[in-house]
Amino acid sequence: MRKCSLDALQALFAHVNASMALYLPVDGSDGKAVYQKWSEGARWSHALNTVRSPKDFFFPQTEDLMKFKTAGKSIEIVDVRNAAEDFVIFGVRACDVKSFEILDRVFLTDPVDSFYASRREHGTIVSVACTRPSETCFCGTFGIDAASPAGDVSCWKTETELFWQANTPKGEAFLQLIAPLTEECGNEAVQAQQEKTAAVMKKLPLAELKADAFGGGKTKEFFDRPEWSELSQACLGCGTCTFVCPTCQCYDIKDFNTGNGVIRFRCWDSCMYSEFTKMAHGNSRLSQKERFRQRFMHKLVYYPENNDGLFSCVGCGRCLSKCPISMNIVKVMKKLGGE
Amino acid sequence: MQKVSQQQLIDKAVSLLADGTVSCVLGWTKGEFDYDITPALFTDEASLRQGFVWNDFCGANFSKYLVAKTRKCEGKILVFLKPCDTYSFNQLLTEHRFDREKVYAVGIPCEGMADIDKVKAICGDGISSIDCNGEKMAVQTIYEDAPVQVDASSVLAERCINCKSKKHVAYDELMGDEGDVIDSARFDEVAKLEAMTPDERFTFWQNELSRCIRCNACRDACPACTCEVCVFNNPKSGVENKSPANSFEEKMFHIIRAFHVAGRCTDCGECSRVCPQNIPLHLLNRKFIKDMNECYGEYQAGAEVGSRAPLVNYTTDDLEPGEVFNGRDSDA
Ligand code: SF4
Ligand code: SF4
Ligand code: SF4
Ligand code: SF4
Repeated sequence: MRKCSLDALQALFAHVNASMALYLPVDGSDGKAVYQKWSEGARWSHALNTVRSPKDFFFPQTEDLMKFKTAGKSIEIVDVRNAAEDFVIFGVRACDVKSFEILDRVFLTDPVDSFYASRREHGTIVSVACTRPSETCFCGTFGIDAASPAGDVSCWKTETELFWQANTPKGEAFLQLIAPLTEECGNEAVQAQQEKTAAVMKKLPLAELKADAFGGGKTKEFFDRPEWSELSQACLGCGTCTFVCPTCQCYDIKDFNTGNGVIRFRCWDSCMYSEFTKMAHGNSRLSQKERFRQRFMHKLVYYPENNDGLFSCVGCGRCLSKCPISMNIVKVMKKLGGE
Repeated sequence: MQKVSQQQLIDKAVSLLADGTVSCVLGWTKGEFDYDITPALFTDEASLRQGFVWNDFCGANFSKYLVAKTRKCEGKILVFLKPCDTYSFNQLLTEHRFDREKVYAVGIPCEGMADIDKVKAICGDGISSIDCNGEKMAVQTIYEDAPVQVDASSVLAERCINCKSKKHVAYDELMGDEGDVIDSARFDEVAKLEAMTPDERFTFWQNELSRCIRCNACRDACPACTCEVCVFNNPKSGVENKSPANSFEEKMFHIIRAFHVAGRCTDCGECSRVCPQNIPLHLLNRKFIKDMNECYGEYQAGAEVGSRAPLVNYTTDDLEPGEVFNGRDSDA
């Protein structure tokens, strides 16, 4: 384990940024934290987490896949991929680190998504343990320990210092890079802080929430439950929950007519939308109730069914704080899980 | 604290259900943390007594729900309307969006709704309960032993600070005292934008709109946005897009949204309330309202049923916009 003083962080960020792009949460113009590329003077935000999740780094909201240029009767296909460069994301919370594993299982299984894979290969994740979780946090429900975040490097922040620990070869390389600005140390301060965080986690209003009732093989048990009507009755179908969610992974591929060619791009899509997966016959889910059900069945039943029991929610709480009508996965779990 | 209590509203709903005036009640239901309130339909006394809430966090405007719910519900629906909600109610009636006969509207006074982000700016995160029933709002967090006492006036939502009317313009029955139309300062921010140079203004909006994630919450919460299929959800429209292909499209969505509600927007503020990215959409709407007031005379959408909005009304002595803006804005 290594450490540095918080006062030395700006110098350390500058040092890192000199060899690869560094992204970290800073306070945006609306006062909310947002991931931004570090530049001289950029301050690491004190906020617990960003509104927009870090999934953008690997799975951006929109990206061009290829271009077609037409000239007369010929069509030229342009490869728009540029070689990804090394980068580091600093300040990722335990919940969001876990979300990358959930996305990996989708994008890195055969057929591998080369766009995603290339960014994943070039990215180093530096996580930071939580000390002041919000009432909307329920990472513990999914077995995530906010005080021991995963990632290539894990960090712990105390009043005056930041502690660094490498977990992977990429992480080792990163600690090598910052070695001149950090010093070797013991882990007593970190342990003390982990104990404090554990005590706080127990006090969270959602500390007792369990996901045991859900999981693979339970489609029949939950699909036709009458409670879906009540749960979904106020849903606007806006898709905010899916767009702020670090694990929502659905996308659409569309063509944008530029006038003299076509840009084929991919963009996030939402199962909450009426035109989601629309096919020649129309939409497979006709009502908002069905669309709403899909989002939660996917997270709590279908995804675990296909992924060794892993749920595709990490309890980050973003959908709890951002849904315009305050309907969310916690309310769904409590209603259907019999609490 | 609200002047009419939760208990009074529950009793009212229960009696209207019991005497058969209505068959269901559109109300707010409590969540996990006292502030995360969800609109819900109640059909019996027990569920009303158990789940109905009315406090400083009942911001959701129910008028739009009437479009869908009046089609589904047998019998009449009881809806509680805050003053601002009544304007949306009238506007929807003007556009024939729901059947007035199927609704029993009860106007309720409103002391303003709280913005949870402002509460958190004072009390911090980790809220375990909020009591809005006292003189002050008592916010308990997991980090403090005693609740923090907050002045409700210091955490008012933007739209409530700039409330345009405490008067109800539609109801079957009114609870509590009627208020007045307010000479609010709601155009002050717009005037600041107008005073900017075009470049400054462009930068301002570029910065705000670049945060947009195109979740569509602003549109979906808007009582003026009631198209059965929005042009942005219609793959055949040619402009359907789930996220902007580029920064031009990003602005196009906002320009179309704002233009489409111009003259019909009552300035209820739902769009800005629901935006997860804190984009001040109300400033676009208010700019249109201000311009219309200046060009065609004062007009408040939803003030009455059946009024003709300036933009869909033609009279031979209408001003040309150029006459008004000449000399003020070189780019107008
Ligand atoms: S659950 Fe909430 S955020 Fe999600 S689509 Fe429905 S209204 Fe929007
Ligand atoms: S469903 Fe909600 S709490 Fe779970 S990961 Fe997604 S945004 Fe976070
Ligand atoms: S959900 Fe857990 S890991 Fe995520 S921010 Fe909250 S406490 Fe930290
Ligand atoms: S609610 Fe906000 S983020 Fe969502 S589409 Fe509207 S402006 Fe964009």
